[in-house]
Amino acid sequence: MPTHDVLVIGAGLAGQRAALAAAEEGVSVGIVSKVHPVRSHSNAAQGGINAALNPGDSWESHAFDTIKGSDYLSDQDAVEIMCREAPEEILHLEHLGVTFHRNEEGKLGTRAFGGASAARTYYVADITGQAIMHVLYEQLMKYSEQVARYEEWFCTALALDEQGECCGVVTRNIADGSMELFQAKSVILANGGNGQVWKPTTNALICTGDGIAQAYRAGAKLMDMEMIQYHPTTLAGKGFLITEGARGEGAHLLNKNGERFMERYAPNKMELASRDVVSRAEQTEINEGRGFDDGTVALDITVVPKKRVHEALREIVLVGKDFAGVDITKEPIHIKPGNHYTMGGVKTDVDGRTDIPGLYAAGEVACVSVHGGNRLGANSLLDTLIFGRRSGADAAARAKRTEGSRPSKAVLEAEQATIDAISAREKGSGRRVSEIKFDLGTVMDAKVAVFRDEAGITEALEKVRQLKEEAKSAYIDDKGSVFNQDLLGAIELGYMLDNAECTCVGALERKESRGAQYRTDFPERNDEEWLKHIDLQLNDDGPEISYSEVTITQWEPEVRSY
Amino acid sequence: MAEYTLKVRRYQPESGEGAYWEEFKVELDPSLSVLDGLLQAKDRDDGSLSVRCSCRAAICGSCGMKVNGSSTLGCKTQIGEAHEQANRRKKEGVPPPMGADEEYKPANGEARGTRTREPGREIAGHDERGQAGAEDAPIIIEPMGNMPVIKDLITDMESTHWTKIRRVTPWLLPHGEAPEREYVVEPESMIDITQSMACIQCGACVSSCLSMEADPDFIGPAALAKAYRFVGDPRDAETKERLHDLAHDPHGIYDCTHCFSCIDACPKGVAPMDQIMRLRRKAGEEGIDDDPNNGHSHEEAFVKIIEKKGTLDEALLVQESYAPGVKGKLKPSMGAIKGLIESLPTVLRAIKTGKARSAHKVIPGLHPKLPGGAQDEVKAIYKHAEEHREEFNIYIAGEDEDFVEPEPDEPTDETLAAEAAAAADTKEES
Repeated sequence: MPTHDVLVIGAGLAGQRAALAAAEEGVSVGIVSKVHPVRSHSNAAQGGINAALNPGDSWESHAFDTIKGSDYLSDQDAVEIMCREAPEEILHLEHLGVTFHRNEEGKLGTRAFGGASAARTYYVADITGQAIMHVLYEQLMKYSEQVARYEEWFCTALALDEQGECCGVVTRNIADGSMELFQAKSVILANGGNGQVWKPTTNALICTGDGIAQAYRAGAKLMDMEMIQYHPTTLAGKGFLITEGARGEGAHLLNKNGERFMERYAPNKMELASRDVVSRAEQTEINEGRGFDDGTVALDITVVPKKRVHEALREIVLVGKDFAGVDITKEPIHIKPGNHYTMGGVKTDVDGRTDIPGLYAAGEVACVSVHGGNRLGANSLLDTLIFGRRSGADAAARAKRTEGSRPSKAVLEAEQATIDAISAREKGSGRRVSEIKFDLGTVMDAKVAVFRDEAGITEALEKVRQLKEEAKSAYIDDKGSVFNQDLLGAIELGYMLDNAECTCVGALERKESRGAQYRTDFPERNDEEWLKHIDLQLNDDGPEISYSEVTITQWEPEVRSY
Repeated sequence: MAEYTLKVRRYQPESGEGAYWEEFKVELDPSLSVLDGLLQAKDRDDGSLSVRCSCRAAICGSCGMKVNGSSTLGCKTQIGEAHEQANRRKKEGVPPPMGADEEYKPANGEARGTRTREPGREIAGHDERGQAGAEDAPIIIEPMGNMPVIKDLITDMESTHWTKIRRVTPWLLPHGEAPEREYVVEPESMIDITQSMACIQCGACVSSCLSMEADPDFIGPAALAKAYRFVGDPRDAETKERLHDLAHDPHGIYDCTHCFSCIDACPKGVAPMDQIMRLRRKAGEEGIDDDPNNGHSHEEAFVKIIEKKGTLDEALLVQESYAPGVKGKLKPSMGAIKGLIESLPTVLRAIKTGKARSAHKVIPGLHPKLPGGAQDEVKAIYKHAEEHREEFNIYIAGEDEDFVEPEPDEPTDETLAAEAAAAADTKEES
């Protein structure tokens, strides 16, 4: 049985950072990922990473912007930690070799980003996530003796001991299909968000909410699951992301009449208001007939100097050319709001601890919460790194002081039985897995998106529960052991359905509009009743609702305008 | 919506059978990608069709594959364009890769021939055998080259690509303690290495690399581009050691033959060959001229000969590559004598096959200059290149089509282009 003090599930930025932090403490570390680490979705973060590092900027200002951006649903103690520790983390990354953009003096340079009162976004062209992740992977290669890598191993479930503490995981080695039980004193979930529940989405095909569902099934609490970010600038139909950096560099949003419509919604910050605000503005323009025929508005990057586009927005020049056939340096590109980020997730404290001892969560899978109702652009990379590091360090400390227990073979056998049952279903015994995924994505994008109401969410929830039933008989074609992606897809479908159910339940419960949750039937924010987190925990009938306090330190909720 | 035929080279390792071709009929918008087509086939027809993929936006690097024989990313190749390319190739009579029009005979098993999966509808332009008609060639999809195939389009990148990446010590090696704040460096230096940082490790360049086909131990375009990311990084303190290491490895920087395949294949504009040339230039600047491939003196000799004669004096190139200048001839090193002797079989083969039968092909120095004023024009090109030392870096200049007037890129690229044409020959001869 592979045994490690600390086992990290997922190898994006949060996972790699956690693994390196744990290794620094001298414990044995393993990192398990269903894809090769550099394929992880942190790659897709284009625009940059926030930190108050410039002279004249302050962590308090960064914290306030984050809290205001969150529509006051973030926990301010967690936000304070993130913003205080951000500058040191940026410098650490720079020292490891991240090729951050420099200003004319050769020092770290910044760009402007949405919802921020200062230009505090550090970046590498528009490949910031990729650049940081590849540098962290360089470090994993360097420290290969301290960190064992299990690349293309799929974690299917968590293992708890008799005391209810997490003591390992069940995995499938994708290359040969063998099932393996891993033992660990601490397990850190860092396996990302659930964007694939929606269709289209900017998220990669691997973002199927695995960790959220795994923790939920093991009995951990989820929090703020209704808070799903729709990014303002995605390509219609395909969901490709156009970085907020484009607006940071000065690009305009235009409706079909050529009006800079943000003047009406956010006269001060214009295109650089918070994402929920900009997405709602766009959707309103589209709904009221001022969008283009394809249900979009336009992003005009031609106003950005060409030299600046080449050095700072290279990636989206390629995206425009390859995926939309548009030269963004010459003409506006059609965009619309699209599913992008899971603000909610596995409930953790500021050290990544969930309410299952020994189980940690960091990055998009987790909900600390620093993003509350709406995440600011360029805060996600920061979240992964700060709380990845803190989780890694705390998980290592726990490993040093605990004995650890051996996970039961029964967990492995149960997982094997589930897999055998899926494989045993005859072709035609039910629906294809891909059909169910399509139906799920379609209903969630239609009913649990930028604008929501009770009828729509209820319809979605009923559909999700119907699909859950159908998934029980869904069949797959591939019966083999080697790289059976078909089987993994069926397992992921189960995770996605759990995620969807929780999001619907949360969205139905929160009878107000806050951040990404905009209820047309409850269009106002209601601090009296709803300045609180919605927690969900699995019971026999599905998610059971409870509430927890939002931590307020020094910023009392006020009216949010941009 | 349009209909396409995807002809996929499949391999199911647990079937006990060899690789075979299978056709899938798919229906999607031409602006969608080849990967979208494959995923439709997988979703609708056969879930066992295996392809690594994740982001669908050319950022994760999972879906490296060959489309119509060219290494690329499936998600970055528009299916409509791939179809047009397939039709064009068919019309021009370009033979399909790997005998895709015949029964494919794998080395490790019996051929199963081509199977066609009919999703229960007729596709226009196909005859009853399911073969594409003249105007409707199938899009041919294969796993990447230079790597073992695990299943269908999934290759073993660990034993090839990643092993080579680890070969170049792929992490920053700064000296001493890190500064309290950031390292202060030239802003241009960061933009310069951002081009190699843009590499997503998809392996398309490795798949396309002709040198690696000849020498599987070649460190290769991806790993060398990765190496430049450190050599060009002013924070790295081991620049000279890295260059020495890569120049002295017989499978290192001088193993590249400038075939440009990697530049064509790279979906991210990393231009790995350009990074290799930067490594060579830096190695030269560091005075590393004693590499076992005689690569540095070969390059110098090449540049000098073209400057003098306009076309290549191949016999002189052999001599000058091993024993450059007067000094080299008066006091040839042991390595030079050994190299020259080892070149003899190649020279003899050239004489035997007729490639080098005239005196000026065999005797160094007899090769004539270009006639008339042509040689002056070559010199003018050299001068222009010297005066316009512009880096061809997409993060600085944008892509080719962004230029109003194409400028010569790197100082020696005129010669590189000339050399590329003769690359295969000269490599063998030197």
